[in-house]
Amino acid sequence: MKRAKRINLFFFLVACVLAVFYAFPFLLVLINSVKDKRSVRNEPLALPQEFMWENFTNAIKKMDYWQALGNSLIITVISVVAIIITSSMLAYYLARSKSKFSTVTFLVLVASMIVPFQALMIPFVGLFGERGLNMPGNQFTIAFFYVGFGVALSTFLYHGFISNIPYELDEAAAIDGASPFKTFRKIIFPMLGPVTATVAIINALWIWNDFLLPSVVLIETDQKTLPLKTFVFYGKYTSDYGLAMAGLLLSIIPILIFYFIMQRKIISGISAGAVK
Amino acid sequence: MRLRNQEIKRFLVFALIPLSIFVLVLVVPFSRGVFFSFTDWNGFDVTKFVGLDNYISSMQDQAFWSSLLLTLAYVAASLILVNIVAFGLALLVTIPLRGVNFLRTTFFVPNLIGGVILGLIWQFLFGQALPVIAETTGIPIFQENWLLDTSTAFWAMVIVTVWQMSGYMMIIYVTALMGIERDVLEAAFIDGANNSQTLFYIKLPLMAQAFTISLFLTMRNAFMAYDLNLALTGGNPYRTTELISLHVFREAFGYGNFAAGQSQAVLMFIVIAIAALTQVIISKRMEVQR
Repeated sequence: MKRAKRINLFFFLVACVLAVFYAFPFLLVLINSVKDKRSVRNEPLALPQEFMWENFTNAIKKMDYWQALGNSLIITVISVVAIIITSSMLAYYLARSKSKFSTVTFLVLVASMIVPFQALMIPFVGLFGERGLNMPGNQFTIAFFYVGFGVALSTFLYHGFISNIPYELDEAAAIDGASPFKTFRKIIFPMLGPVTATVAIINALWIWNDFLLPSVVLIETDQKTLPLKTFVFYGKYTSDYGLAMAGLLLSIIPILIFYFIMQRKIISGISAGAVK
Repeated sequence: MRLRNQEIKRFLVFALIPLSIFVLVLVVPFSRGVFFSFTDWNGFDVTKFVGLDNYISSMQDQAFWSSLLLTLAYVAASLILVNIVAFGLALLVTIPLRGVNFLRTTFFVPNLIGGVILGLIWQFLFGQALPVIAETTGIPIFQENWLLDTSTAFWAMVIVTVWQMSGYMMIIYVTALMGIERDVLEAAFIDGANNSQTLFYIKLPLMAQAFTISLFLTMRNAFMAYDLNLALTGGNPYRTTELISLHVFREAFGYGNFAAGQSQAVLMFIVIAIAALTQVIISKRMEVQR
């Protein structure tokens, strides 16, 4: 018994040391975000002597923080809602239809998950840009693209769940005179709560942090998302590390808040999303 | 006949819009991309077919090869290290320790944050903070900026990748470890199996599925890594740390070699497809049938 306790204490210490390693980069950002240039450069480890709160006001201005935050929020919310609606409906159709067409469609969707965005990024610009369909570079366009890329995985997740819902439910609703759409909306969709949470979280984290697609699509400065705007601290401003650290901290805070509110859902969403 | 009409109606109501978006956004650009890779496409117009010319010139391009090999090395290193670390962390945080939730959160948090932000943070660490620490503590390992040398810059990318991804894979392993039935473990204990025997002969085989998934996810993320590469090294020094994704991007949008870049993107897809299929087939074979 005593031995077991000692072993546990040992593992606890190991875990704590590792945790310090994992948290160390963030701690550095935190303490350096309120220091002036010279102090960041010469003694990055020292605690701040005097607090340069201007770093934050300057960083907010430099990266148009509030606008970028708003853009990221709008794009993430629109895209996630659109993905939930489209993929749950598609999954319902595929799970209930016994035709060959639906089997093949399902396989194509699964296979499409290994196509890297890079393999279609170049034709993408020609197809949707000025010389092609000329789609405006706004939130709705990018949400449309996210649906295209996200629908496969989300449909897959919904499909597994819907296949386990007994068909008798649909039949009972049909006998009561409900149209297929009404059956879906009133009976099936409300039962999908847990998967919807998983789908929402996996897609929200992906879209919130995505850099490549918005960097190709969102040309206008006033539509850029938070990751794009954070990139202003690359190169040009890295001479002023204090400012850059404040900017990085500002870009991290929203997702951390989201995590601490949704912690349980996020963890269970990830475990559920991974079990295929 | 009535049944067939119903089926069509259901298709129109539920599947038409999602599938059209999927086809327009993914299938069409992908097929066009494959098509363009056989032409002299300049981003806008196609004048003639060139057969395999783009592929041949890509194959002869030294920079493409070194980028591809670098990517394979990066994928292999990340695949091994991420999963070893993640599994170790999972074992650690499934021991009933004090503050276990806090520990899990700490290990997981890097994963919430996008590659660009992480890259910038670590650029500061490797470039500024660690050299100063190395000087004050006298530990020489981080004295030089790791990002200025090709091979240390490569390992810098791997370190950051492990730091970022291990928390996510840890969650998957934790779920699998907790999912093992108590009575199986009790039976092993009664039969006199010690801790390491239980781990290797009971737990590992029973959670093979978790390995399949997490190896697949690590591999996929590592092959497609772009943000971190861009923000951490930017391909420097002298484009020697450019992973395939960044290389393709620059080939097309930086140098305007659209057809050549597209042929490299198609090759990248083929490599990923082969790697993913092989991995899944091997892993599936190792999974325990129950």
